[in-house]
Amino acid sequence: MTRIVVVTSGKGGVGKTTSSASFSSGLAMRGYKTAVIDFDVGLRNLDLIMGCERRVVYDFVNVIQGEATLNQALIKDKNLENLFILPASQTRDKDALSQEGVEKVINDLKEMGFDYIICDSPAGIETGALLAAYFADDALVVTNPEVSSVRDSDRILGILASKSRRAVMGETPVKEFLLLTRYNPKRVEDGEMLSLQDIEDILRIKLIGVIPESESVLQASNQGLPAIHIKESDVSEAYQDVVARYLGEEKPLRFTSYQKPSLLKRWLGGK
Amino acid sequence: MSFLSFLLGEKKSSANVAKERLRIILAHERLNGDNSTSDYLPQLQKELMEVISKYVKINPEDIKVNLERQGQLEVLEVKIEMQQKA
Repeated sequence: MTRIVVVTSGKGGVGKTTSSASFSSGLAMRGYKTAVIDFDVGLRNLDLIMGCERRVVYDFVNVIQGEATLNQALIKDKNLENLFILPASQTRDKDALSQEGVEKVINDLKEMGFDYIICDSPAGIETGALLAAYFADDALVVTNPEVSSVRDSDRILGILASKSRRAVMGETPVKEFLLLTRYNPKRVEDGEMLSLQDIEDILRIKLIGVIPESESVLQASNQGLPAIHIKESDVSEAYQDVVARYLGEEKPLRFTSYQKPSLLKRWLGGK
Repeated sequence: MSFLSFLLGEKKSSANVAKERLRIILAHERLNGDNSTSDYLPQLQKELMEVISKYVKINPEDIKVNLERQGQLEVLEVKIEMQQKA
């Protein structure tokens, strides 16, 4: 059975593409045949984050419009044997996607034996975002500990609950997971940032992981390497935990509390 | 809280302010839902005006349409003031 996962947020710049790249890589590392689709027509970036931008020949829209086969458009990941990327079109406008077209591509991927299809949603709540969410079985709602991101996530949860295929067809609802990104435990401790408990209280969905704010995310995107591949970084470990939890394993939260430098700590007599 | 802020007296942390603001705005937005129910009020007011003015002379400002939520109950209030004959 193929599982379709949308990575969504409403707000832009919170880490959807970073998370899509690492989450899909993590599933492929576990041996699952995984496809990751960029739904951001006109502003594609997944190819850059995955480091395959120079290998894009055909794209999602070409496939939908019958100008290329799915096999021609799928790009094999350079790091992982069973990971494939379907890039968005950079030149068409966002209305080039249709529900029937997307459904056909998803059904073809299912027939090709993919275990997971990850849909990297564009920001906003227009066609691309609605279509990325429409076929989802599960949703990773990427949220920053910041008021506008939390509000937009709440809006996206409303859309998943009313406009997804599962909602329209009256099936069991989309499983929603909260993925907190750019989390800074020190600022939380100082009362300058919403805590994960605050955000869980407000959004009331299951927390699947917390990705700490980290320099390695920029280092990863500079190189076109999903952050999960940056060895021994907090971000990589945190994404691996997310994948493990998604697959049903129990993993305690990590990187969510601030460790003060010990000398200073004793000197100031702090916590 | 740092030692300094303790000395200066406890101020409400900005994270708490953020949480409270979110609670209030999201409670409001969730009530209105996806198809905001109050969208039709101006149109309703206009059409009521058209129907009523067929029979009675009336000014646009004499019709007041208001939607209120009291707990689980939604109350649509329409108030039409008839002009007194001079």
